[in-house]
Amino acid sequence: MGEIWEGLSAGFWLVVTLDADLVEITLRSLQVTLSAVVIASVIGLPFGAFLAIRRFRHRRATIAVLNALMGLPPVVVGLVVYLLLSRSGPFGVLGLLFTPTAMIIAQVIIITPLIASIAHQAIRDIWAEYHDLLISLSTSKRQRIKTLLWDGRRALITASLAGFGRGIGEVGAIMIVGGNIDNATRVLTTAIALETGKGDFALALGLGFVLIALAIAVNLAIHTIGRTESEGKW
Amino acid sequence: MIRIFAVIFTVLGSAAWAESLKLAVTTSFHNSGLSDILLPAIKEDTDIDVQLLVVGTGQALRLGEAGDVDAILVHSRAAEEAFVAAGYGTRRREIMYNDFVMIGPADDPARIGEAGTAADALALIAQAQATFVSRGDDSGTHKKELSLWDASGATRGGDWYRPVGAGMGAALNTAAGMDAYILADRASWLNFGNKAGLDLLFAGDPALFNQYAYIPVNPGRHAHVKADLAIALEDWLTSDRAKELIDNYMINGETLFTFNATNPS
Amino acid sequence: MVTSILPLRVSDAVVKRRKKRLLGPVSLDVTAEGFTIIMGPNGSGKTTLLRVLHGLERLSSGQVSWTVPLADAQIRQAFVFQMPIMMRRSVRDNLAYPLLVHGQGKTAAYQAAEIWADRVGLADALDTPAPQLSGGEKQKLALARALIREPEIVFLDEPCANLDGRATREIEAILKDAQAAGTRILMSTHDVGQAKRLADDVVFLMHGSIIEHTPAKAFFTGPKTPQATALLQGDIVE
Repeated sequence: MGEIWEGLSAGFWLVVTLDADLVEITLRSLQVTLSAVVIASVIGLPFGAFLAIRRFRHRRATIAVLNALMGLPPVVVGLVVYLLLSRSGPFGVLGLLFTPTAMIIAQVIIITPLIASIAHQAIRDIWAEYHDLLISLSTSKRQRIKTLLWDGRRALITASLAGFGRGIGEVGAIMIVGGNIDNATRVLTTAIALETGKGDFALALGLGFVLIALAIAVNLAIHTIGRTESEGKW
Repeated sequence: MIRIFAVIFTVLGSAAWAESLKLAVTTSFHNSGLSDILLPAIKEDTDIDVQLLVVGTGQALRLGEAGDVDAILVHSRAAEEAFVAAGYGTRRREIMYNDFVMIGPADDPARIGEAGTAADALALIAQAQATFVSRGDDSGTHKKELSLWDASGATRGGDWYRPVGAGMGAALNTAAGMDAYILADRASWLNFGNKAGLDLLFAGDPALFNQYAYIPVNPGRHAHVKADLAIALEDWLTSDRAKELIDNYMINGETLFTFNATNPS
Repeated sequence: MVTSILPLRVSDAVVKRRKKRLLGPVSLDVTAEGFTIIMGPNGSGKTTLLRVLHGLERLSSGQVSWTVPLADAQIRQAFVFQMPIMMRRSVRDNLAYPLLVHGQGKTAAYQAAEIWADRVGLADALDTPAPQLSGGEKQKLALARALIREPEIVFLDEPCANLDGRATREIEAILKDAQAAGTRILMSTHDVGQAKRLADDVVFLMHGSIIEHTPAKAFFTGPKTPQATALLQGDIVE
C-alpha cells in the first residue's frame, strides 16, 4: 500500500512540476501512438467496411485470420520488425531500427487488425440494418460505403480508440525496435520498464499513473470533440 | 492526408540527429548511473550524442554483428575476443573495471560471508540448497556466474536454482521477492532501490573483477557505421578526462569503477 | 410528360429459398391508378410479393417488367418496411437523404425535408435523432422519406401493424393525400377495417398464390373463396 501511495505522489509531483523528461517522453509516447493510430485507421477502417459489405472468396477465412491477429503478441511483432529493419535484414538500408519510425511501424502492425476487426463488426451491424433501405433507395456502391462509414462514425471512433489504448500501453514491441534510447526512443511504457528494473517502484508507478491519465484524457477529448461536432445532427 | 504526412515527417525529423552514435552497453553499466555522468561530458567535449542501447552482453554482441550499433561497451572477455577475431569489431580496448558482489538474505543461511573465495561461496549455497537467482540471459554477469560455478565444482540445478532470464534490475527484484542469493555487479546493487531483506554478503575476490572493454564495429563489414565517431569516442574514453570522471564516480561514498585503459590489445 | 413506368406486369414469378417455395407462380398486372390492398394470413407471401415487385427479391423463375428499363423504374418507386429502418441521423437528415443521393442540391433537399416533416407532423422533431422517435413517429418518418421524391408507385408492408389507432389514422390520411396526388399505392395489411377504408382493389394471397384479385366492393360484399369469406367474418384463416 505504501508503495502505491508513493507512486501516486511521485506521479503527482512529476506532473505539477512539468518535469522536462516526463514531458518529453509523454509527447513521444503520444507522437508514436497517435501516428500509428492514424495510419492504422486509414488502413483498418476502410478494410473493415470492405469486409462487411463485399462478398468474395475466402472472406470467412480472412475474417478469421483478422480476428486471430488481434491477439498478436507484441513481442513477436517487435522481433519480426526488428529482424526486418536490422542492418543485416531486408530493409536494413533504410536505417530505421531504433528510431520512432520503427516504433510506429511495429505499432501499426499491432493495432491495424484490432481496428479493422472492430470496424468490421460495427459496419456489419449497420449494414444489416440499412441493407434493404439502401437498396430500395437505389444508392450506388460508393454512396452506401460513405453512408455506412458516416453513420457508423461513433463505432469507428471507438475502434480507433481501442487501437490507441492497445498502442499507448504497449511495451514489448517498442522496447525491441526502439531500444529505449534516452532522448530518442524512450516512451512512457519503456521508461516504466526501465525504472522497474532499477527497483525504483515509486517512479515507475508514478509514470504508470501519468500513462493512465493520458489514456483517459485522450479518450475524453475525442468523445468531447465527437459530440460537439455532431450536436444537433445526431 | 496532409495531416498524416505532417505527423510522419515530424517523427522522421526528430529521429535524425546531427552527430549521433549508437552504443550498445550492458544493463549493469547503465544501472550504475555512470552513463549519466559520462554522456553529458562526451557531448560537451566531442559534440557526439551517444545513444545508449541498454541490453545484455549477448544482445549487444548481436547488435554489433548485425551492424545495428556503431560500437559496443561490454564485459565478457572471451566473447569479446571472439567478436573481434570474427572480424565484427576492429579492436578490443579495455576501459575500466568494477567488481561483482554476492548478495543474499541478510541473515545469510548458507554462511557465505565466511567463505574464502567466490567459488567457495557458491559451493556453500549449493550445499545449503539456498535459493539462488541466476540472470540466465547470456549476459556478461551471467557468463561470469557460470564460470564461477564451474570453478566451484558444485552441481547446480534443482528447485533452489532459479534462472530468470532477465536484466540485472529485474533479477534483483526477483531475488528480493524470494529472499534469494544472487550475483550482481556492485554498481547495480548500490543503485538498486528495492533492497528489501537483502544485503551484500561477499566481495573482494579478484575472480569477481569485471573488466569493461570498448569495441568499435568494423566499418569493413558495415559501411554505414560511423567509424570516425566511434574512434573519437574511443579516444575520449581512454583520455585523462574520462579517467578523472570514472575514478571519482561514487555512490554512497564508495568508488565503483577503476579506470585502466591500455594500448589496444 | 415523362412516360409512366406503369403498368407493372408480373408473369409466373416464383421465389424459392433453400428449395422451399415462398411465392408463386404469381401473375399480376398493376395498372397506373388505384390503391391495392394485399391481404392474407402470415406466411402467405405478402411481404415476399411486395419485395418482388420492388426488386428486392431474386426470382427463381418468371418475370417482373416495367414499361421502362429496370434502372429507370427503380428510382421512381419507393418502399415502406414493416419495421421502419431509421438511419442513425436526425429526422431532417433522414428525410433529405433520398434527395441528396439522387443529386438534389442541399438547400432544396433540406427545404423539402422541412415541408415533409410538417406534412407528417414531425416539424418539432426535425433535429431529433430518428432512432429516438416513437413507433408511430418512426413509421410516419419512413413514409415521408418514401414519398419525398414523389415516386409513381409506393409499396407498403403492413405499415400500421404495430401502431395504435391515432397513428394509424394519421398514416392513412397521408396515404390518401398521396393517392389524391396521383401516387399508385400497393399495401399489405392484416386489418380488415383498414382494407375497407382504403382499398380500390384487393389481392388475396394464400400459400404463396393469389387466389383472388377483385375490386374492393366485390371482395367485401361477395368474396369468391371460402378463405376470404372466413377472413372477412373474423374467423382465423390458416
